[in-house]
Amino acid sequence: MASNEEILAGLAEIVNSETGLDEADVQLDKSFTEDLDIDSISMMTIVVEAEEKFEVKIPDEEVKNLKTVGDAVNFIAGAQA
Amino acid sequence: MMARKVVITGLGATTPIGGDVPTLWENALKGVSGAATMEDSWVEEYDLPVTFAARASVQPSEVLTRPETKRMDPSTQFAVVAAREAWADSGLSKDDVDRNKLAVAFATGIGGVWTLLNAWDTLKEKGPRRVLPMTVPMLMPNGPAAAVSLDLGAAGGAHTPVSACASGTEAMHVGMELIRAGKADVVMVGGAEAAIHPMPIAAFSSMHALSRRNDDPAKASRPYDVDRDGFVMGEGAGALVLESEEHALARGARIYAELAGSSVTADAYHITAPDPEGLGATRALKAAMYDGRIQPEDVVHVNAHATSTPVGDKPEYTALKAALGDQLDNVLVSATKSQMGHLLGASGAVESVLTTLAIYHRKAPVTINLDNQDPEIPLNVVTGAPADLPAEGSIVALNNSFGFGGHNAVVAIRSI
Repeated sequence: MASNEEILAGLAEIVNSETGLDEADVQLDKSFTEDLDIDSISMMTIVVEAEEKFEVKIPDEEVKNLKTVGDAVNFIAGAQA
Repeated sequence: MMARKVVITGLGATTPIGGDVPTLWENALKGVSGAATMEDSWVEEYDLPVTFAARASVQPSEVLTRPETKRMDPSTQFAVVAAREAWADSGLSKDDVDRNKLAVAFATGIGGVWTLLNAWDTLKEKGPRRVLPMTVPMLMPNGPAAAVSLDLGAAGGAHTPVSACASGTEAMHVGMELIRAGKADVVMVGGAEAAIHPMPIAAFSSMHALSRRNDDPAKASRPYDVDRDGFVMGEGAGALVLESEEHALARGARIYAELAGSSVTADAYHITAPDPEGLGATRALKAAMYDGRIQPEDVVHVNAHATSTPVGDKPEYTALKAALGDQLDNVLVSATKSQMGHLLGASGAVESVLTTLAIYHRKAPVTINLDNQDPEIPLNVVTGAPADLPAEGSIVALNNSFGFGGHNAVVAIRSI
Protein backbone atom coordinates (compact mmCIF):
# COMPACT_ATOMS: atom_id res chain seq x y z
CA MET A 1 0.00 0.00 0.00
CA ALA A 2 1.30 3.40 -0.95
CA SER A 3 1.85 6.15 1.63
CA ASN A 4 0.35 9.61 1.12
CA GLU A 5 3.76 10.86 -0.01
CA GLU A 6 4.01 8.05 -2.54
CA ILE A 7 0.49 8.77 -3.80
CA LEU A 8 1.34 12.46 -4.22
CA ALA A 9 4.54 11.60 -6.08
CA GLY A 10 2.69 9.13 -8.30
CA LEU A 11 -0.06 11.65 -9.07
CA ALA A 12 2.55 14.31 -9.85
CA GLU A 13 4.15 11.94 -12.33
CA ILE A 14 0.80 11.28 -14.04
CA VAL A 15 -0.07 15.00 -14.17
CA ASN A 16 3.35 15.80 -15.60
CA SER A 17 3.05 13.21 -18.34
CA GLU A 18 -0.48 14.35 -19.21
CA THR A 19 0.02 18.13 -19.09
CA GLY A 20 3.74 18.83 -19.00
CA LEU A 21 3.40 20.66 -15.66
CA ASP A 22 6.39 20.43 -13.34
CA GLU A 23 5.98 17.62 -10.83
CA ALA A 24 7.01 20.10 -8.11
CA ASP A 25 3.93 22.24 -8.91
CA VAL A 26 1.60 19.38 -8.03
CA GLN A 27 1.03 20.22 -4.35
CA LEU A 28 -1.68 19.06 -1.96
CA ASP A 29 -3.42 22.46 -1.82
CA LYS A 30 -3.51 22.98 -5.60
CA SER A 31 -6.88 22.94 -7.37
CA PHE A 32 -6.88 20.80 -10.51
CA THR A 33 -8.94 23.31 -12.49
CA GLU A 34 -8.06 26.70 -10.96
CA ASP A 35 -4.34 26.25 -10.27
CA LEU A 36 -3.23 23.49 -12.62
CA ASP A 37 -5.58 24.43 -15.49
CA ILE A 38 -6.55 20.80 -16.12
CA ASP A 39 -9.54 20.33 -18.43
CA SER A 40 -12.18 17.62 -18.01
CA ILE A 41 -10.67 15.27 -20.58
CA SER A 42 -7.26 15.48 -18.93
CA MET A 43 -8.87 14.99 -15.53
CA MET A 44 -10.55 11.79 -16.69
CA THR A 45 -7.26 10.57 -18.14
CA ILE A 46 -5.51 11.28 -14.84
CA VAL A 47 -8.26 9.45 -12.94
CA VAL A 48 -8.03 6.37 -15.18
CA GLU A 49 -4.25 6.29 -14.92
CA ALA A 50 -4.38 6.77 -11.15
CA GLU A 51 -6.84 3.87 -10.86
CA GLU A 52 -4.41 1.68 -12.73
CA LYS A 53 -1.32 2.85 -10.84
CA PHE A 54 -2.78 2.57 -7.34
CA GLU A 55 -5.17 -0.34 -8.06
CA VAL A 56 -8.24 1.50 -6.81
CA LYS A 57 -11.63 2.44 -8.19
CA ILE A 58 -12.55 6.12 -8.44
CA PRO A 59 -16.27 6.25 -9.35
CA ASP A 60 -17.28 8.90 -11.90
CA GLU A 61 -19.61 10.57 -9.36
CA GLU A 62 -16.65 10.95 -7.01
CA VAL A 63 -14.45 12.76 -9.55
CA LYS A 64 -16.33 16.08 -9.18
CA ASN A 65 -15.48 16.05 -5.46
CA LEU A 66 -11.76 15.79 -6.15
CA LYS A 67 -11.18 19.54 -6.34
CA THR A 68 -7.62 19.63 -5.08
CA VAL A 69 -4.65 17.32 -5.35
CA GLY A 70 -5.05 16.71 -1.61
CA ASP A 71 -8.65 15.52 -2.16
CA ALA A 72 -7.37 12.99 -4.69
CA VAL A 73 -4.55 11.79 -2.42
CA ASN A 74 -6.99 11.33 0.47
CA PHE A 75 -9.53 9.52 -1.66
CA ILE A 76 -6.93 7.13 -3.08
CA ALA A 77 -5.44 6.48 0.37
CA GLY A 78 -8.92 5.71 1.69
CA ALA A 79 -9.82 3.50 -1.26
CA GLN A 80 -6.68 1.46 -0.78
CA ALA A 81 -7.54 0.63 2.78
CA MET B 1 -10.59 37.38 -64.37
CA MET B 2 -7.24 35.65 -64.04
CA ALA B 3 -7.14 33.19 -61.17
CA ARG B 4 -4.85 34.22 -58.35
CA LYS B 5 -1.36 32.81 -58.71
CA VAL B 6 -0.33 30.35 -55.99
CA VAL B 7 3.27 30.09 -54.81
CA ILE B 8 5.16 27.82 -52.43
CA THR B 9 6.95 29.68 -49.65
CA GLY B 10 7.67 27.11 -46.94
CA LEU B 11 8.69 23.45 -46.77
CA GLY B 12 8.71 20.88 -43.97
CA ALA B 13 9.23 17.13 -43.79
CA THR B 14 9.98 14.26 -41.49
CA THR B 15 10.80 11.08 -43.39
CA PRO B 16 12.74 7.81 -43.34
CA ILE B 17 15.71 9.58 -44.98
CA GLY B 18 15.69 12.80 -42.98
CA GLY B 19 13.90 14.37 -40.05
CA ASP B 20 13.90 17.80 -41.69
CA VAL B 21 13.99 19.24 -45.20
CA PRO B 22 17.76 19.95 -45.43
CA THR B 23 18.60 16.37 -44.41
CA LEU B 24 15.91 14.93 -46.69
CA TRP B 25 17.22 16.88 -49.68
CA GLU B 26 20.84 16.03 -48.99
CA ASN B 27 20.02 12.32 -48.81
CA ALA B 28 17.66 12.42 -51.80
CA LEU B 29 20.56 13.73 -53.90
CA LYS B 30 22.96 11.19 -52.43
CA GLY B 31 20.69 8.17 -52.86
CA VAL B 32 20.26 6.34 -49.58
CA SER B 33 17.75 3.78 -48.34
CA GLY B 34 15.57 4.36 -45.29
CA ALA B 35 14.45 0.72 -45.10
CA ALA B 36 15.62 -1.63 -42.36
CA THR B 37 14.58 -4.74 -40.50
CA MET B 38 12.02 -3.96 -37.78
CA GLU B 39 13.27 -4.65 -34.28
CA ASP B 40 9.78 -4.74 -32.74
CA SER B 41 8.80 -7.83 -30.77
CA TRP B 42 5.52 -8.05 -32.66
CA VAL B 43 7.25 -8.95 -35.91
CA GLU B 44 8.12 -12.33 -34.45
CA GLU B 45 5.06 -12.56 -32.22
CA TYR B 46 2.71 -12.46 -35.22
CA ASP B 47 5.12 -14.17 -37.59
CA LEU B 48 4.65 -11.33 -40.11
CA PRO B 49 5.50 -12.24 -43.70
CA VAL B 50 7.25 -8.86 -44.10
CA THR B 51 9.87 -8.03 -41.47
CA PHE B 52 11.15 -4.61 -42.59
CA ALA B 53 9.91 -1.07 -43.18
CA ALA B 54 11.17 2.48 -43.63
CA ARG B 55 10.77 4.19 -40.28
CA ALA B 56 11.07 7.93 -39.85
CA SER B 57 14.72 8.68 -39.12
CA VAL B 58 13.76 11.06 -36.31
CA GLN B 59 10.85 9.89 -34.17
CA PRO B 60 8.44 12.64 -33.00
CA SER B 61 9.18 11.78 -29.36
CA GLU B 62 12.67 13.21 -29.94
CA VAL B 63 11.19 16.58 -30.98
CA LEU B 64 7.83 17.00 -29.23
CA THR B 65 7.04 17.26 -25.53
CA ARG B 66 5.72 14.28 -23.59
CA PRO B 67 2.16 15.70 -23.28
CA GLU B 68 2.14 16.36 -27.04
CA THR B 69 3.09 12.79 -27.89
CA LYS B 70 0.64 11.48 -25.34
CA ARG B 71 -2.34 13.41 -26.70
CA MET B 72 -1.67 12.97 -30.41
CA ASP B 73 -1.64 9.85 -32.54
CA PRO B 74 1.76 9.27 -34.21
CA SER B 75 0.28 10.38 -37.57
CA THR B 76 -0.70 13.72 -36.02
CA GLN B 77 2.68 14.02 -34.33
CA PHE B 78 4.40 13.70 -37.71
CA ALA B 79 2.02 16.30 -39.17
CA VAL B 80 2.74 18.82 -36.44
CA VAL B 81 6.51 18.33 -36.74
CA ALA B 82 6.47 18.88 -40.51
CA ALA B 83 4.01 21.79 -40.37
CA ARG B 84 6.08 23.62 -37.73
CA GLU B 85 9.16 23.32 -39.93
CA ALA B 86 7.28 24.57 -43.00
CA TRP B 87 5.81 27.49 -41.06
CA ALA B 88 9.21 28.53 -39.69
CA ASP B 89 10.74 28.11 -43.15
CA SER B 90 8.11 30.42 -44.69
CA GLY B 91 9.14 33.25 -42.38
CA LEU B 92 5.47 33.95 -41.63
CA SER B 93 4.47 35.22 -38.24
CA LYS B 94 0.92 35.07 -36.97
CA ASP B 95 0.65 38.84 -37.45
CA ASP B 96 1.39 38.51 -41.18
CA VAL B 97 -1.87 36.77 -42.00
CA ASP B 98 -5.53 37.18 -41.08
CA ARG B 99 -6.31 33.99 -39.14
CA ASN B 100 -9.59 33.72 -41.03
CA LYS B 101 -7.62 33.65 -44.30
CA LEU B 102 -5.20 31.04 -43.00
CA ALA B 103 -6.43 27.51 -43.79
CA VAL B 104 -5.18 23.94 -43.50
CA ALA B 105 -5.49 21.00 -45.90
CA PHE B 106 -3.72 18.08 -44.26
CA ALA B 107 -4.22 14.61 -45.63
CA THR B 108 -3.84 11.11 -44.33
CA GLY B 109 -4.45 7.73 -45.91
CA ILE B 110 -5.38 5.72 -42.84
CA GLY B 111 -5.41 8.12 -39.88
CA GLY B 112 -5.01 7.16 -36.24
CA VAL B 113 -4.58 3.44 -36.68
CA TRP B 114 -2.20 3.08 -33.70
CA THR B 115 -4.66 4.81 -31.39
CA LEU B 116 -7.63 2.85 -32.69
CA LEU B 117 -5.97 -0.54 -32.32
CA ASN B 118 -4.33 0.23 -28.98
CA ALA B 119 -7.72 1.29 -27.62
CA TRP B 120 -9.27 -1.93 -28.91
CA ASP B 121 -6.54 -3.96 -27.17
CA THR B 122 -7.14 -2.00 -23.96
CA LEU B 123 -10.89 -2.59 -24.17
CA LYS B 124 -10.41 -6.33 -24.59
CA GLU B 125 -7.72 -6.68 -21.93
CA LYS B 126 -8.78 -4.16 -19.29
CA GLY B 127 -12.37 -3.15 -20.03
CA PRO B 128 -14.07 0.08 -21.14
CA ARG B 129 -12.99 2.12 -18.11
CA ARG B 130 -9.37 1.99 -19.27
CA VAL B 131 -10.09 3.34 -22.78
CA LEU B 132 -8.66 6.84 -22.52
CA PRO B 133 -10.93 9.86 -23.04
CA MET B 134 -8.65 11.28 -25.75
CA THR B 135 -9.13 8.18 -27.91
CA VAL B 136 -11.70 9.66 -30.31
CA PRO B 137 -9.88 12.93 -31.14
CA MET B 138 -6.67 10.94 -31.52
CA LEU B 139 -7.98 8.33 -33.93
CA MET B 140 -10.11 10.55 -36.18
CA PRO B 141 -8.61 11.02 -39.66
CA ASN B 142 -9.01 14.79 -39.41
CA GLY B 143 -6.71 14.67 -36.35
CA PRO B 144 -3.62 15.90 -38.24
CA ALA B 145 -5.50 18.77 -39.93
CA ALA B 146 -7.16 19.76 -36.66
CA ALA B 147 -3.90 19.69 -34.68
CA VAL B 148 -2.10 21.78 -37.30
CA SER B 149 -4.97 24.27 -37.37
CA LEU B 150 -4.86 24.55 -33.58
CA ASP B 151 -1.09 24.90 -33.56
CA LEU B 152 -1.09 27.72 -36.13
CA GLY B 153 -4.32 29.38 -35.08
CA ALA B 154 -5.60 28.75 -38.61
CA ALA B 155 -9.30 29.60 -38.50
CA GLY B 156 -10.00 29.63 -42.25
CA GLY B 157 -11.06 25.96 -42.34
CA ALA B 158 -9.16 22.70 -41.82
CA HIS B 159 -9.66 20.13 -44.55
CA THR B 160 -8.70 16.45 -44.69
CA PRO B 161 -8.43 15.02 -48.18
CA VAL B 162 -8.54 11.22 -47.93
CA SER B 163 -7.79 9.33 -51.13
CA ALA B 164 -5.39 6.58 -50.01
CA CYS B 165 -1.95 7.10 -51.52
CA ALA B 166 -3.09 10.12 -53.55
CA SER B 167 -4.12 12.01 -50.39
CA GLY B 168 -1.00 14.17 -49.95
CA THR B 169 -1.10 15.44 -53.52
CA GLU B 170 -4.84 15.98 -53.32
CA ALA B 171 -4.14 18.25 -50.32
CA MET B 172 -2.01 20.42 -52.63
CA HIS B 173 -4.97 20.59 -55.01
CA VAL B 174 -7.38 21.55 -52.22
CA GLY B 175 -5.04 24.24 -50.91
CA MET B 176 -4.58 25.69 -54.35
CA GLU B 177 -8.32 25.89 -54.94
CA LEU B 178 -8.86 27.68 -51.63
CA ILE B 179 -6.36 30.37 -52.57
CA ARG B 180 -7.59 30.73 -56.15
CA ALA B 181 -11.16 31.09 -54.91
CA GLY B 182 -10.06 33.86 -52.56
CA LYS B 183 -11.13 31.89 -49.50
CA ALA B 184 -7.61 31.84 -48.10
CA ASP B 185 -4.37 33.78 -48.53
CA VAL B 186 -2.17 31.13 -46.94
CA VAL B 187 -2.80 27.39 -46.66
CA MET B 188 -0.69 24.86 -44.78
CA VAL B 189 -1.00 21.73 -46.90
CA GLY B 190 0.49 18.33 -46.31
CA GLY B 191 0.03 14.69 -45.55
CA ALA B 192 0.93 12.42 -42.67
CA GLU B 193 0.99 8.69 -42.09
CA ALA B 194 2.06 6.39 -39.26
CA ALA B 195 0.93 2.88 -40.18
CA ILE B 196 3.95 0.75 -39.38
CA HIS B 197 1.82 -1.39 -37.11
CA PRO B 198 1.38 -5.18 -37.40
CA MET B 199 -2.22 -4.98 -38.62
CA PRO B 200 -1.70 -2.76 -41.70
CA ILE B 201 1.49 -4.69 -42.48
CA ALA B 202 -0.47 -7.96 -42.33
CA ALA B 203 -3.26 -6.47 -44.44
CA PHE B 204 -1.00 -5.01 -47.15
CA SER B 205 0.95 -8.29 -47.13
CA SER B 206 -2.15 -10.37 -47.66
CA MET B 207 -2.92 -8.43 -50.83
CA HIS B 208 0.72 -8.96 -51.91
CA ALA B 209 1.33 -5.22 -52.17
CA LEU B 210 4.50 -5.27 -50.02
CA SER B 211 7.96 -6.39 -51.05
CA ARG B 212 9.08 -9.56 -49.27
CA ARG B 213 12.78 -9.02 -49.75
CA ASN B 214 13.27 -9.63 -46.03
CA ASP B 215 16.92 -10.57 -46.42
CA ASP B 216 17.87 -7.25 -48.03
CA PRO B 217 15.54 -4.37 -47.02
CA ALA B 218 17.70 -1.61 -48.55
CA LYS B 219 17.28 -3.20 -51.99
CA ALA B 220 13.56 -3.93 -51.64
CA SER B 221 12.09 -0.71 -53.04
CA ARG B 222 13.14 -0.84 -56.69
CA PRO B 223 10.70 1.01 -58.97
CA TYR B 224 10.98 0.14 -62.68
CA ASP B 225 13.40 -2.73 -62.00
CA VAL B 226 12.44 -6.10 -63.50
CA ASP B 227 12.86 -7.68 -60.05
CA ARG B 228 10.51 -5.31 -58.21
CA ASP B 229 8.11 -7.24 -55.99
CA GLY B 230 6.11 -4.65 -54.05
CA PHE B 231 6.40 -1.47 -52.05
CA VAL B 232 8.10 -0.80 -48.73
CA MET B 233 5.98 0.71 -45.99
CA GLY B 234 7.23 4.12 -44.88
CA GLU B 235 6.04 6.71 -42.37
CA GLY B 236 6.31 10.45 -41.79
CA ALA B 237 4.87 13.70 -43.10
CA GLY B 238 5.44 16.46 -45.58
CA ALA B 239 4.12 20.03 -45.38
CA LEU B 240 4.12 23.02 -47.71
CA VAL B 241 3.07 26.61 -47.20
CA LEU B 242 0.98 27.72 -50.17
CA GLU B 243 0.39 31.43 -50.51
CA SER B 244 -1.19 33.77 -52.98
CA GLU B 245 1.59 35.42 -54.97
CA GLU B 246 0.22 38.81 -54.00
CA HIS B 247 0.44 37.99 -50.30
CA ALA B 248 3.94 36.52 -50.62
CA LEU B 249 5.27 39.50 -52.57
CA ALA B 250 3.74 41.99 -50.15
CA ARG B 251 5.74 40.53 -47.28
CA GLY B 252 8.90 40.00 -49.33
CA ALA B 253 8.81 36.23 -48.91
CA ARG B 254 11.33 33.84 -50.41
CA ILE B 255 9.39 32.00 -53.15
CA TYR B 256 10.52 28.48 -54.04
CA ALA B 257 8.25 27.96 -57.03
CA GLU B 258 4.78 28.45 -58.40
CA LEU B 259 2.13 25.79 -57.89
CA ALA B 260 0.96 26.25 -61.45
CA GLY B 261 -1.64 23.53 -61.95
CA SER B 262 -3.38 20.64 -60.26
CA SER B 263 -5.97 18.03 -60.96
CA VAL B 264 -7.79 15.13 -59.36
CA THR B 265 -9.54 12.37 -61.31
CA ALA B 266 -10.94 8.90 -60.60
CA ASP B 267 -10.40 5.78 -62.71
CA ALA B 268 -13.86 4.35 -62.04
CA TYR B 269 -12.31 1.06 -63.15
CA HIS B 270 -11.36 -1.17 -60.18
CA ILE B 271 -11.10 -0.70 -56.42
CA THR B 272 -7.37 -1.49 -56.27
CA ALA B 273 -5.99 -2.32 -59.72
CA PRO B 274 -4.87 0.66 -61.80
CA ASP B 275 -6.53 1.06 -65.17
CA PRO B 276 -4.02 -0.85 -67.38
CA GLU B 277 -4.29 1.89 -70.03
CA GLY B 278 -3.69 4.54 -67.37
CA LEU B 279 -6.68 6.51 -68.67
CA GLY B 280 -7.57 8.15 -65.37
CA ALA B 281 -3.94 9.08 -64.76
CA THR B 282 -3.66 10.47 -68.29
CA ARG B 283 -6.71 12.65 -67.73
CA ALA B 284 -5.24 13.89 -64.46
CA LEU B 285 -1.92 14.75 -66.11
CA LYS B 286 -3.55 16.53 -69.04
CA ALA B 287 -5.95 18.41 -66.79
CA ALA B 288 -3.17 19.59 -64.45
CA MET B 289 -1.18 20.80 -67.45
CA TYR B 290 -4.21 22.52 -68.96
CA ASP B 291 -4.94 24.08 -65.56
CA GLY B 292 -1.43 25.56 -65.47
CA ARG B 293 -1.33 26.50 -69.18
CA ILE B 294 1.57 24.08 -69.57
CA GLN B 295 2.73 22.60 -72.86
CA PRO B 296 4.49 19.19 -72.96
CA GLU B 297 7.78 20.89 -73.94
CA ASP B 298 7.72 22.94 -70.71
CA VAL B 299 7.97 19.77 -68.61
CA VAL B 300 11.51 18.67 -67.72
CA HIS B 301 11.08 16.56 -64.59
CA VAL B 302 8.60 14.13 -63.06
CA ASN B 303 8.57 12.86 -59.51
CA ALA B 304 6.76 9.63 -60.29
CA HIS B 305 4.35 7.72 -58.11
CA ALA B 306 6.42 4.58 -58.88
CA THR B 307 5.79 2.44 -55.81
CA SER B 308 7.78 -0.60 -57.02
CA THR B 309 4.80 -2.92 -57.40
CA PRO B 310 4.80 -5.23 -60.41
CA VAL B 311 1.44 -3.94 -61.70
CA GLY B 312 1.57 -0.27 -60.73
CA ASP B 313 4.68 1.15 -62.38
CA LYS B 314 3.82 0.45 -66.01
CA PRO B 315 0.42 2.23 -66.35
CA GLU B 316 2.07 5.43 -65.04
CA TYR B 317 4.53 5.23 -67.92
CA THR B 318 1.64 4.73 -70.34
CA ALA B 319 -0.10 7.79 -68.93
CA LEU B 320 3.04 9.94 -69.05
CA LYS B 321 3.58 8.91 -72.68
CA ALA B 322 0.01 9.79 -73.55
CA ALA B 323 0.21 13.18 -71.83
CA LEU B 324 3.72 14.26 -72.83
CA GLY B 325 4.27 12.41 -76.13
CA ASP B 326 7.80 12.72 -77.58
CA GLN B 327 8.74 15.26 -74.92
CA LEU B 328 8.89 12.32 -72.46
CA ASP B 329 12.32 11.49 -73.97
CA ASN B 330 13.59 14.80 -72.54
CA VAL B 331 12.03 14.40 -69.11
CA LEU B 332 14.15 13.30 -66.16
CA VAL B 333 12.18 10.97 -63.89
CA SER B 334 12.91 10.45 -60.19
CA ALA B 335 11.31 7.59 -58.27
CA THR B 336 12.08 8.71 -54.75
CA LYS B 337 10.11 5.88 -53.12
CA SER B 338 13.16 3.80 -53.99
CA GLN B 339 14.86 5.63 -51.11
CA MET B 340 12.18 6.32 -48.51
CA GLY B 341 9.58 3.69 -49.23
CA HIS B 342 5.91 4.49 -49.61
CA LEU B 343 4.54 6.96 -47.08
CA LEU B 344 0.94 6.26 -48.21
CA GLY B 345 -1.16 9.37 -47.46
CA ALA B 346 2.00 11.39 -46.77
CA SER B 347 3.83 10.35 -49.93
CA GLY B 348 2.30 12.99 -52.21
CA ALA B 349 3.18 15.75 -49.76
CA VAL B 350 6.79 14.65 -49.24
CA GLU B 351 7.19 14.16 -52.98
CA SER B 352 5.75 17.63 -53.58
CA VAL B 353 8.44 18.97 -51.24
CA LEU B 354 11.08 17.16 -53.31
CA THR B 355 9.54 18.32 -56.59
CA THR B 356 9.56 21.92 -55.34
CA LEU B 357 13.23 21.62 -54.36
CA ALA B 358 14.05 20.02 -57.72
CA ILE B 359 12.63 23.08 -59.47
CA TYR B 360 14.19 25.54 -57.02
CA HIS B 361 17.69 24.00 -57.21
CA ARG B 362 17.21 22.79 -60.80
CA LYS B 363 18.36 19.33 -59.80
CA ALA B 364 16.55 15.98 -59.95
CA PRO B 365 17.08 13.53 -57.07
CA VAL B 366 18.36 10.01 -57.42
CA THR B 367 16.50 6.73 -57.94
CA ILE B 368 18.26 3.79 -56.29
CA ASN B 369 18.13 0.03 -56.89
CA LEU B 370 17.44 0.31 -60.62
CA ASP B 371 19.81 -2.46 -61.71
CA ASN B 372 17.88 -3.85 -64.63
CA GLN B 373 15.23 -1.50 -66.02
CA ASP B 374 11.99 -3.04 -67.16
CA PRO B 375 12.12 -2.80 -70.98
CA GLU B 376 8.41 -2.02 -71.01
CA ILE B 377 9.06 1.18 -69.05
CA PRO B 378 11.62 3.10 -71.13
CA LEU B 379 11.76 6.27 -69.00
CA ASN B 380 14.82 8.47 -68.46
CA VAL B 381 15.29 7.57 -64.84
CA VAL B 382 17.83 9.54 -62.78
CA THR B 383 20.23 7.02 -61.24
CA GLY B 384 23.72 7.12 -59.76
CA ALA B 385 24.01 10.88 -59.32
CA PRO B 386 21.51 13.74 -59.28
CA ALA B 387 20.82 15.22 -62.71
CA ASP B 388 20.87 18.90 -63.64
CA LEU B 389 17.66 20.38 -64.97
CA PRO B 390 17.92 23.19 -67.56
CA ALA B 391 19.72 26.12 -65.89
CA GLU B 392 17.88 28.82 -67.86
CA GLY B 393 14.28 29.62 -68.62
CA SER B 394 10.97 28.60 -67.16
CA ILE B 395 10.77 24.90 -66.27
CA VAL B 396 7.96 22.70 -64.99
CA ALA B 397 7.93 19.49 -62.96
CA LEU B 398 5.01 17.17 -62.35
CA ASN B 399 4.30 15.13 -59.24
CA ASN B 400 1.97 12.16 -59.66
CA SER B 401 0.16 10.26 -56.93
CA PHE B 402 -2.32 7.43 -57.32
CA GLY B 403 -4.33 5.64 -54.67
CA PHE B 404 -6.44 2.54 -54.06
CA GLY B 405 -9.94 3.45 -55.09
CA GLY B 406 -8.73 4.67 -58.47
CA HIS B 407 -7.70 8.12 -57.21
CA ASN B 408 -5.31 10.13 -59.36
CA ALA B 409 -3.80 13.43 -58.28
CA VAL B 410 -1.25 15.50 -60.19
CA VAL B 411 0.39 18.82 -59.41
CA ALA B 412 2.50 20.93 -61.75
CA ILE B 413 5.23 23.06 -60.19
CA ARG B 414 6.87 25.84 -62.22
CA SER B 415 10.04 27.84 -61.66
CA ILE B 416 9.62 31.50 -60.76
